[in-house]
Amino acid sequence: MTARADGTHRHPTEPVLSLAGAALGFGDRVLWNDLTIDVCAGEFLAVLGPNGSGKTSLLKTILGQQQLDSGTARFDGHAVRRGDRRIGYIPQQKLIPGGTPMRARDLIALGVNGHRFGLPVSRASEKRKVDDLLESVGATAYADEPVGNLSGGEQQRLRVGQALAGDPRLLLCDEPLLSLDLQHQRGVSELIDRRRREHGTPVVFVTHDVNPVLGMVDRILYLAGGQFREGTPDEVLRSEVLTELYGTPVDVIRTGGRVVVVGIPDSETHHHSHGEVGL
Amino acid sequence: MITLDELWARMFNFENYGELLALVQNSLIAGAILGIVGGLIGVFVMQRDMAFAVHGISELSFAGAAAALLFGVNVVAGSLAGALVAAILIGVLGSRARDRNSIIGVLMPFGLGLGILFLALYPGRSGNKFGLLTGQIISVDDPQLAWLTGISIVVLAGLLCMWRPLSFDSLDADVAAARGVPTRFVSLAFMVLLGLIVAVSVQIIGALLVMALLVTPAAAALRLSASPLWVPVLAMLFGLVSAVGGILLALGGSLPISPYITTISFVIYLGARVIGLRTKPRAGLR
Repeated sequence: MTARADGTHRHPTEPVLSLAGAALGFGDRVLWNDLTIDVCAGEFLAVLGPNGSGKTSLLKTILGQQQLDSGTARFDGHAVRRGDRRIGYIPQQKLIPGGTPMRARDLIALGVNGHRFGLPVSRASEKRKVDDLLESVGATAYADEPVGNLSGGEQQRLRVGQALAGDPRLLLCDEPLLSLDLQHQRGVSELIDRRRREHGTPVVFVTHDVNPVLGMVDRILYLAGGQFREGTPDEVLRSEVLTELYGTPVDVIRTGGRVVVVGIPDSETHHHSHGEVGL
Repeated sequence: MITLDELWARMFNFENYGELLALVQNSLIAGAILGIVGGLIGVFVMQRDMAFAVHGISELSFAGAAAALLFGVNVVAGSLAGALVAAILIGVLGSRARDRNSIIGVLMPFGLGLGILFLALYPGRSGNKFGLLTGQIISVDDPQLAWLTGISIVVLAGLLCMWRPLSFDSLDADVAAARGVPTRFVSLAFMVLLGLIVAVSVQIIGALLVMALLVTPAAAALRLSASPLWVPVLAMLFGLVSAVGGILLALGGSLPISPYITTISFVIYLGARVIGLRTKPRAGLR
């Protein structure tokens, strides 16, 4: 046991995030049931599954914005709560419209002191922190550009910087690479992975396409049709596993370092016209 | 048939201007502060996509004021009550944009209809009746003007105090909530501030024209800059120029002040659009 500055005792290997017997559903529909999973320091967990399988609801649960029907969700040894500033959250890539009166540095500053009431005057230490964060996500060159004039990839780098502002103990990412080109997909996922490697911050990464992060993923949680499978990519991304999970023949094809899943029922993959997920 | 000279004389008349000016000193102060605060809150109205809400709140504020007129109670209090009820209803029921617009669409004609009913029942001077719809600052008495000024200052202080959480919530409510911003409180508090300033505007430029001070100045500012400092500063300046300029121009003529305010505010917006045509707004000033 190690004593920490805040007086609590916790074992070094104690999971940062721990779900036990967690269940969530809306009306008759069960999203997931009896979900038990631990995420430890330094781990990269990818959460996969078709639309509507409860990936985002899982993140909302961890953020304390969604109550479980049963079971527990604990972060850092305590029940999850709303607005826990030790969790960094990177949302779905949603383009900030032009004309938003905010510069790149202001977006990051919101992560530093955006929760604080009072006159909108930043302290010198906060300005330095914003400069450091801008540099760490490679955004110094466009620090004073209005965010609305930046590309989706540039905006998403800023959101990573914003999430890192609170020195998070856990990073939650909700499809952060959606609609980015390959180069920006790599850039943004490397920023997230670097935080994990350098600070041991575990990552829960919701995505419909595992390929951009395949080399970083330690474990996969695959949600589909009210059930789930959990394990290493090699354990989960297999034809027989996904066939059983979906209840219909599904092929997992590995080609050129990529994983492609073919045969997922159309009804559950609204954004893929051919029933194919680029897994 | 009105001749051009007569038309001009009715619109602009600067005889005895000094004496008139002294009489409306308090109106000018109230108008100036409303212009400044209206421009400032407009920046958030634009970011939160709430121009329609402003209009909806002002119609219920009008109904409240008309009811107060009919029952012989304080018109500012009636205006405030109507605006706050509308603002809170819209805030509580319409957290999502689509819900919000449908709720406003339902509330607005109801409010306007109630207001027209109360006015039709009111036996007093007709000047008071139309004043609520089209502006009547000159006929507002001094104690009420003091109230309007005080309320505007409260709104200004409220906005400055919650500037950062409100900016965060306006940009991305999900992330703001995850970062510990009490988003529900912030949204509702914003609606209350908006309700307060709308009630003040209804008294000064009238329910139908509130957007000329709460939307247009900020929209013009956003055409010229994307700076978190310059957009609010320009919006406040444009609001101030529109409100004070409108009152000053209207002073000698026999017409209501609101067409002067709306025209100045519109011309500023046109100018900003023309200047803003050339390039995208930058973080500085051009």
